[in-house]
Amino acid sequence: MAEGPQDRAAFGLKSAEIAVAAFFFLFGAIVMYDSVRLGIGWQEVHGPQPGYFPFYVGLIICVSALVNAVQGLIIRPERDRTFVEVGQLKLVLTVLIPTALYAALVGLIGIYVASILFITFFMRWLGKYPWWKAVAVSLSTAVVFYLIFEAWFKVPLPKGPVEAFFGLN
Amino acid sequence: MDEIQSLMHGFGVALTLTNLVLMFTGVILGVIIGVLPGLGGANGVAILLPLTFGMAQSPGGATSAIILLSCIYWGALFGGAITSILFNIPGEPWSVATTFDGYPLAQQGRAGNALTAAFTSSFIGALVAVIVITFLSPIVANFALEFGPPEFFSVYLLTFCAFIGTSKEPPFKTLAAMMLGFALAAVGTDPVTGTLRLTFGSTHLLTGFDFLVAVIGLFGIGEILLTLEEGLAFRGAQAKLNVRVVVETWKELPRYWLTSLRSSAVGCFMGIVPGGATPASFMSYGVARRFSRDGDKFGSGMVEGVVAPETAAHAAGTSALLPMITLGVPGSPTAAVLLGGLMIWGLQPGPLLFVEQKDFVWGLIASMYLGNIAGLIVVLTCVPLFAAILRVPFSVIAPIIMVVCAIGAYTVHNSIFDVWMMVVFGIAGYFFKKLKYPLAPLVLAIVLGDNAESSFRQAMLVSQGDVAIFFSNALVGTMTGLALLLLVWPLLGWVVRRVRGD
Repeated sequence: MAEGPQDRAAFGLKSAEIAVAAFFFLFGAIVMYDSVRLGIGWQEVHGPQPGYFPFYVGLIICVSALVNAVQGLIIRPERDRTFVEVGQLKLVLTVLIPTALYAALVGLIGIYVASILFITFFMRWLGKYPWWKAVAVSLSTAVVFYLIFEAWFKVPLPKGPVEAFFGLN
Repeated sequence: MDEIQSLMHGFGVALTLTNLVLMFTGVILGVIIGVLPGLGGANGVAILLPLTFGMAQSPGGATSAIILLSCIYWGALFGGAITSILFNIPGEPWSVATTFDGYPLAQQGRAGNALTAAFTSSFIGALVAVIVITFLSPIVANFALEFGPPEFFSVYLLTFCAFIGTSKEPPFKTLAAMMLGFALAAVGTDPVTGTLRLTFGSTHLLTGFDFLVAVIGLFGIGEILLTLEEGLAFRGAQAKLNVRVVVETWKELPRYWLTSLRSSAVGCFMGIVPGGATPASFMSYGVARRFSRDGDKFGSGMVEGVVAPETAAHAAGTSALLPMITLGVPGSPTAAVLLGGLMIWGLQPGPLLFVEQKDFVWGLIASMYLGNIAGLIVVLTCVPLFAAILRVPFSVIAPIIMVVCAIGAYTVHNSIFDVWMMVVFGIAGYFFKKLKYPLAPLVLAIVLGDNAESSFRQAMLVSQGDVAIFFSNALVGTMTGLALLLLVWPLLGWVVRRVRGD
């Protein structure tokens, strides 16, 4: 089977396994570090100190991370499968990056405007819809959410300068 | 029969017009959630949980709120079958086994039969589980009233060790994911002394990580990222359900009574023990294939092959609520989210609920009967409508789901920081799912972490640091022993394989 550039492995399973195990180890180490600061021994009135439980949690994380890392390391090259293909990774990133930007925008300009921009962008850029369709869908989504959350269930959502301009705060 | 009387009282609580409307609303929302990629029972309920904050304040409102949320759950359980049969896409992990025979049936033009069989057996599985809950939960709750910290800790230990013993994922990955959950739960204020832990001076971390945000990120965003990889062409069979097909299938179903019974038993057992709906559905499919006369034809489109996993999945999904209401220990991520709801509404889950909140508990149990009837009616009549949702292109559905997730994450604490955390959890969920780190123990550990730790520390305080307290009487000793056995179970399996020389 011929492999196009899109089917090429961006990352192998082996490197992904090791990277995630390393993340776990680091996390466990941080937990243990702060637990030692809090005290991991026995206290007269309170019994085990605040750091006691998290310390062992961190320790188990580190030990399991080591086991998982070793199991990743012993994957033989010929058995190393593809973790993610280049094409797949591109697709995932084209969604992930706008989503991260969207999350950042929510804090700045409120959830409604950010959502309208996000849905419009997504439909226009990834779905290749005409502008009017993208704008229509995103605007009506925002209106529906406004009605459900703010009007019906009285749950306030984050708003920004645009809503302030229309006096909706 | 006290239970019957309490149940009748429960029907009185649940059968109001408001609650019936909420039931149908919940089921319809749940089916939509179950059909959509990236939204499932756990995160669907998590997203809609904040909507009930206001509702639960009014008198009797907590019962309405739990009816709404549990009906979303039933709906999601039903909805998973639709996508599995028509599109060969399991909307939920527990419907994977349904695709084995459901999709071939649909390809042969018998989608209607497969759907009817799936819905009906889901209903029967749930019904059996609700009957089990009705009669077993008062006994368990009564029994658990005597529990002290050591007993509770041993229940928690059993729950978590069961994940390691029964999980299909590598044991050390299960362990790592679970402990990650415990560590995230420890962030914030120490439940016993009030000391700040693992916050590193950040004000955002003072209140710790909310598991609802984790659920929305891990299951929602992570799932969408995974779905993207698969490409986005949903090509599905036509869905038509008319009365003739339904009646025809119903005539056929009694033949599989033994399979139904067996699958219900497997499902109830797996749901109460925290194994969950997914392994239950696979297990009961396997058992049905072994015992059926047409076992070798399984996979080519046998109605029996749809009946078995659907019955078990729904029975397990339902009975997962039993340990949740009686002990405060949820058997599945969705049950964990419901448990979180109870705590937010100011109800303390556990055995006392049966004494102090009779209306709530029996209203909930009665609503399980009614909700599943509502569910069956909705799915049998509205299948084409729900199937149409899947024909909406992904580039329209995906951003809307993302926005829904963001709103859900925000409304938990009205915090923008949670929206960012949702994205982080989403990325983590993508990696964890691809590398087979199980998410259920992670979520359950975030929910139960503080309680598990408190009961451990209280028990230690009672015994002055002597771990023998976890073996101090027959009950706690059995549970601890069983937990330790489950913990070393993968190791035993490995040793046995080595000795046999496989």
